[in-house]
Amino acid sequence: MNLNIAKRLPRREAIKWLLAATATVSMLDWRSFGAPAASAKGYGLDQNLLETYNAGDLWPLTLTEAERRIATALCDVIIPADGKSPAASELHVVDFIDEWISAPYPEQQQHREIVLNGLAWLETESVKRFKKFFPDLSEVQQRAICDDICFAPKAAPAFRNAATFFTVFRNLTTGGFYTTPAGWKDIGYVGNVALEHFDGPPPEVLKYVGLM
Amino acid sequence: MPFIASTKTQPEYDVIVVGSGAAGGQTAYVLAAAGVKVLMLEAGRRYDPVEETPMFNTGRYAPLRGAPTPDKPFGFFDATVGGGWHVPGEPYMIKRGEAAQEWEEAKDTNPGSNQNFLWWRPRMLGGRTNHWGRFSFRMGEYDFKPRRRDGLGIDWPLDYQDLAPYYDKVESLIGVFGSNEGLENTPDSSPGVLLPPPKPRAYELLAKKACAKLGIPVIPSHVAILSRRQDHLRLPKLLHPDSPAMQKALAENMQTRLACMWATSCLRGCAIKANYQSTTVHLPPALATGNLDIITDAMVREVSVNSEGRATGVYYVDKKTRAELHVKARVVVLAASGCESARILLNSKSVHFTNGLANSCGKVGRYLMDTVGCSLGGQIPALENMPVHNEDGAMTMHMYMPWWKYKEQRAGKLDFPRGYHIEFGGGRTMPEAGSFGGMEAFTGGSYGKKFREDLRRYYGSFIYFAGRGEMIPNEQSFCEIDSDKKDVWGIPVLRFHWKWSEHEERQAAHMQKTFAEIIASMGGRVTSPPQLDGKKAINPGGSIIHEVGTTCMGDDPKNSVLNQFCQAWDVKNLFVTDGGPFVSNADKNPTLTIMANAWRATDYLIEELRKGNI
Repeated sequence: MNLNIAKRLPRREAIKWLLAATATVSMLDWRSFGAPAASAKGYGLDQNLLETYNAGDLWPLTLTEAERRIATALCDVIIPADGKSPAASELHVVDFIDEWISAPYPEQQQHREIVLNGLAWLETESVKRFKKFFPDLSEVQQRAICDDICFAPKAAPAFRNAATFFTVFRNLTTGGFYTTPAGWKDIGYVGNVALEHFDGPPPEVLKYVGLM
Repeated sequence: MPFIASTKTQPEYDVIVVGSGAAGGQTAYVLAAAGVKVLMLEAGRRYDPVEETPMFNTGRYAPLRGAPTPDKPFGFFDATVGGGWHVPGEPYMIKRGEAAQEWEEAKDTNPGSNQNFLWWRPRMLGGRTNHWGRFSFRMGEYDFKPRRRDGLGIDWPLDYQDLAPYYDKVESLIGVFGSNEGLENTPDSSPGVLLPPPKPRAYELLAKKACAKLGIPVIPSHVAILSRRQDHLRLPKLLHPDSPAMQKALAENMQTRLACMWATSCLRGCAIKANYQSTTVHLPPALATGNLDIITDAMVREVSVNSEGRATGVYYVDKKTRAELHVKARVVVLAASGCESARILLNSKSVHFTNGLANSCGKVGRYLMDTVGCSLGGQIPALENMPVHNEDGAMTMHMYMPWWKYKEQRAGKLDFPRGYHIEFGGGRTMPEAGSFGGMEAFTGGSYGKKFREDLRRYYGSFIYFAGRGEMIPNEQSFCEIDSDKKDVWGIPVLRFHWKWSEHEERQAAHMQKTFAEIIASMGGRVTSPPQLDGKKAINPGGSIIHEVGTTCMGDDPKNSVLNQFCQAWDVKNLFVTDGGPFVSNADKNPTLTIMANAWRATDYLIEELRKGNI
């Protein structure tokens, strides 16, 4: 079973199809449907460091439209907009995740399998519990699933693989979000600017840590 | 004289220098300053940090947001070109694990692996100086005479006092910030040599306060970064009193070097030349004298010798044309890095030298050392929710902890004989793709708005400590030629034997215990339990990239390769000026000492040339 099949069906049909599938497979065999590994080469040992690179420039991307939709929704569950800064989707974090899982390096290939399996699981689980795809669930429904998988050490055995997926996916979402100027601003990183002097911590910082 | 093609060499040079990094750069610089005609051969490509350094570029538009990969283990923007833990087509051989019987090509790209030895090699002009950490600590009096102190290891055939003036010269030339603290075996520089250290960051001050309770000194680090511009009027005259031409060349180059902007990582190199790289500090003034030719993409295979056993030049492969070429010189200096220079010597077999060149003592390749390394992280509640401020500073630590337990060691109170210093980092650094991995341990798996608040709270509250300790040379750690394996240029490759002794393993365990104590003293908690089994705590050999030894110097031709001036006992016109001559590897990072030692050896070489002795 994979999302490529589901994607070709009209939505209502796809939900039925997924429901049927989950009825026969109580717990998905995680390893049975990893996507084929990317065959591209790495960027090598002498890449131009001054160019700008965007997702898809160096190796073909992986996610289908359906997968992108789920991934985008999950990114926003992990990093929603708040009063201070935008949601993950507004910063196109899903492009980074797609670039990451499409890269031809061992760590990324491992994450590829985890993420693709995880997205498929999430869709199946959503249909099973709420008869809707994950992106179409209410916030409460989305959280109901995520609460079961957000903390691997305490996840029930049935959710262990899904929890591994969530950990990886949260790390990737965070990596994609906080490496942007908006992410820097959010977290309070104000460096990478040329200074004439380095003045050390300002008085309010010294006071804060009890050194003044 | 400039960068040239391999077809444009002079019929003969005074000196050939193999390698263009800290040792090759320093050697060629001193030779060129003295009017000696030099040819430098570099195995990698031409590289110019002014043109190629990604200053201020951010991960946002880098592949994988700049995250480390097997191609770029220190991240996409790391300056290293053409190599790393692996150089394509140029393998080296290891035995994996203690019980392994078979030699295999080293494959791991992760220094955290169980591979017993790793060998970092770039293939670029300037070598490892381009991405170097730039810590510049002097070895002290004890460090040159370790055997005299505790009966272990090997004494150098020279004293600290022999190198002290050269440390001053190197520090003045390259620019090093730091302070003089008058601590035991932690030498001061002469007045006016060091540049002022930058102010400490908040977490560095907190660590200092915590360490005071433990009796651990925390003092300004010594780093080859210009905290202010160099005095181009005073220093060139001081360094080259007899050479107006070199004064001019150096003054001009110093005027092109700007002071640090307190932003962007030095590991990328520096387009404004604010840190030391051979490519921005040694080579430009040396080239400006007109006494230096450089051929890049020139892979040296062996030193040629005549029927009298004198070196006559080197054979090398032009990597662009794959032509095998020979160049002649009166003197050959190997500065290709510890193991690579040993490889060239061992591959230079002839009727006179059946065992490899300069190897009548059988010590070429022997006494390979790295630095003992291990680390531990902690989270410090006092640093949570810190007011927003810029903590970039110099890319690296402004403070460090020099070894502080000499007295206990003398009194036999420690179960390991040699010291280590502590490097540390943390704070509000530029977020990277992996910066927030593993946060579940603190957040309980939060996501959504709670997660965002958690990250704002914890960002900047993490700190890590890394020990850098002295390894004692042993008989089980060495390199030799693997006669069955050649690289893509047809040159036989090295294979590595490696063993940490209990001295190093116990030291690593002590590091772990100390780090945990400092973290506790800061009111923090460790991010993983300290590894008190030193065998497990210690990083693999070579992974700290401080490999030295393999062409040891000494007083006796029977058991050393070189004399105290880096001159081969067996071949008077052959020198090795890189880390190879080291017979101890103090906890002080070796590059500064490589340069000071190379300068001293080169002064001797010039004198011998003038006297007609070589």
